[in-house]
Amino acid sequence: MDEKMACKELVELVTEYLEGNLPDETRLRFEQHLSGCAGCTAYLEQMRQTIRLTGRLREESLTPQQQDELLKLFRDWKKA
Amino acid sequence: MTVETSLLQSLRDGDVDAFTWLVEQYHTSLVRLARIYVHNTVIAEELAQETWLAVLQGLDRFEGRSSLKTWIFSILTNKAKTRSQRENRSVSYTDLEESLHASHEPTVDPSRFNSPAAERLPNHWAVNPVSWEGIPEEILLSQETMNLVRQAINELPEHQRTVITLRDMNELSSQEICNILGISETNQRVLLHRARASVRQTLEEHLQPET
Ligand SMILES: [Zn+2]
Repeated sequence: MDEKMACKELVELVTEYLEGNLPDETRLRFEQHLSGCAGCTAYLEQMRQTIRLTGRLREESLTPQQQDELLKLFRDWKKA
Repeated sequence: MTVETSLLQSLRDGDVDAFTWLVEQYHTSLVRLARIYVHNTVIAEELAQETWLAVLQGLDRFEGRSSLKTWIFSILTNKAKTRSQRENRSVSYTDLEESLHASHEPTVDPSRFNSPAAERLPNHWAVNPVSWEGIPEEILLSQETMNLVRQAINELPEHQRTVITLRDMNELSSQEICNILGISETNQRVLLHRARASVRQTLEEHLQPET
């Protein structure tokens, strides 16, 4: 099957692609399409940025209440 | 000595900074994961705290056969399952089923593409998405943008929210996530894809350059 991949099809395969999970033949069609399509190139880049920004949320701080409770828990454990 | 063994050593020594670092990395995710089982933020918070206590108390027994984070998440999962059984509340799989049922529905609005019957470029973007490459970091990483990402994730169905949190925030492997949630790899990827696509959609609307 060497039918050309359509943009509509490609966008649904982005996660499989990024996870390295596409079969070789599909990955090849994916990359061939990408090399000639500015729209899908932008879409893939947007998904990569989305993943990066989500990763940034990890560094968010806890609420003061959460911090207090967890520190208390730690101190109690240390005393025990 | 690896980072993980030195972290473990610091924790065993009662180093508060090591503990603070660890809870900042994982506490929010633990609460989210717990919510899948108990559907209640207060109980979820309690379970996460119980998990930290179990982690501290179990430090000496932890042999490093799994990674530290996998160990922490599995403690939480066990506690959450026990708790939900005790309260006779089975895990709600409704949102999981809905997400999976929708797995053949498009994650991008079909109106963004030319009709399948179009003579020229069927199923091709009608209007190409705009590249974000020119957007400065201070806008991408601004408080406003990050708030939007957080909100978009919070509004996702529970299982999607948990998968994107564990995978893209905590960088667990998909295998680890499947084990923690008891779902197949295929289902894990479906949930992850739908979650990422929703967040991207929200970001796209926000980052769209003024015209
Ligand atoms: Zn395309």
